[in-house]
Amino acid sequence: MPGEIGIMALKSAFLVFLLLTACAYMTLLERRMLGRFQVRIGPNRVGPFGLLQPLADGIKLLVKEDFVPRGADLLVYWLAPGLSMVTALLVYAVIPFGPEVRIFGREVPLYLADVNVGILLVLAISSLGVYGIVLGGWSANNKYALLGSLRSTAQLISYELALGLAVISVVLQAGSLSLVEIVKAQERVWFVVTQPVAFLLFFIAGVAETNRSPFDLPEAEHELIAGYHIEYGGFKFAMYYVAEYINVVTMSALAVTLFWGGWHGPWLPAPLWFLLKVFGFVSVFIWIRATLPRVRYDQLMALGWKVLVPLGVANVLATAVVMVLPKGM
Amino acid sequence: MTRYATQALAMVKGLAVTFRYLFRRPVTVAYPEEKPRVAARYKGRHWLTLYADGMERCVGCELCVIVCPSQAIYVKAAENTPDHQVSKGERYAEIFQINELRCIFCGFCEEACPTGAIVLGHEYELAGYTRDSLIYTKEMLTEPYPGASGRDPRREI
Ligand code: SF4
Ligand code: SF4
Repeated sequence: MPGEIGIMALKSAFLVFLLLTACAYMTLLERRMLGRFQVRIGPNRVGPFGLLQPLADGIKLLVKEDFVPRGADLLVYWLAPGLSMVTALLVYAVIPFGPEVRIFGREVPLYLADVNVGILLVLAISSLGVYGIVLGGWSANNKYALLGSLRSTAQLISYELALGLAVISVVLQAGSLSLVEIVKAQERVWFVVTQPVAFLLFFIAGVAETNRSPFDLPEAEHELIAGYHIEYGGFKFAMYYVAEYINVVTMSALAVTLFWGGWHGPWLPAPLWFLLKVFGFVSVFIWIRATLPRVRYDQLMALGWKVLVPLGVANVLATAVVMVLPKGM
Repeated sequence: MTRYATQALAMVKGLAVTFRYLFRRPVTVAYPEEKPRVAARYKGRHWLTLYADGMERCVGCELCVIVCPSQAIYVKAAENTPDHQVSKGERYAEIFQINELRCIFCGFCEEACPTGAIVLGHEYELAGYTRDSLIYTKEMLTEPYPGASGRDPRREI
């Protein structure tokens, strides 16, 4: 058993390292890609091809002044960014990168935990992440931060619903809440083929969940300056930033796991397929950001409650009927 | 319903446009290593040009001083004498200074000049550590040899 725990700790450490690096380089990828979308070069000064840019950014954020606004609720003010980041990282405990592989004569699964209600856990943890935003906005004693965090909460709650409905259709079809089982159920046909509507719902809701444009209302610069993290600087700000980017990677990973067959794919080894697919989705996130302008707040709510949620319910019902019909006959 | 369809279609169209732009060559350049090529009529630093025979074009008329909207030019004229013939007119500029920090590179001086003496060249990297170093004197402004500024020394004006 100690061996098991050792492997677990090793895997966790590796995963956290991988995620933080990936997220650091995602900032670079985003800036370079946005540059190319806007027909300019993008940051290329620090190191070859600007590859050391994330490092420079990190150092800069570390040595910034540690500023606390007057009247801030200190404990909450300090806790909130950590909460945001930890919850963002926690989700990866249940996301499968690949099936079991043999390393040194041992069966090592390429996931941390195969929780039998995995997808529920993911939704629960990502909902906890909202607290980081709410508390951060509230504790800073700034009206823009508070407005930003309120918006954020309303948005997250509305779109979590659509997200959940999209997930339920997948769960119905896979017959399991475990993410590993869901991936295994897509051995032959990926769920994006059988559940295109659910995928669309999931993706739109996912973009909204991660506060990315065109749904980046919580940090709408021209109305709220920066939204919930306006009073945060230095490394606390970096933590929010990291959390946001990890959430993007999470949404991509979830989309891949639930709809695009997880690690399944021909020729290449399984984890590579998974990473490739996630990379593709992250790029799509950036592509969308480079294209679509921000929606208005009432449009956002109308889209969530009047379009996505009814569509999600209809889709769940249709899936359920189709699943039950052959057995009944 | 059709409205939603058109809107969704518009979104897809927009995505297609940005996707095309992703593979365009960037219009910006990596500046210090790669200099952008300026247009032929670009208005950069000034030159006081010479005739092909080495005579100064400036006749010290001070029209550029009068027209300059930012009062960046200072000219003090002196008379030409038979044994000290500097320009082809009666007078020449004994002192000629342009404060490149005041100049807004409007090009009015070039337009006003009756002999085409003052022209705006292509150099745009005008920076210095002191204010004094950016007040260009006559020695700095006069082209080192006829045609050095890029203008044909045989032109009328
Ligand atoms: S370019 Fe315009 S501002 Fe500059 S010296 Fe000539 S007239 Fe003055
Ligand atoms: S540069 Fe031209 S406008 Fe100015 S003083 Fe000389 S001749 Fe006259």
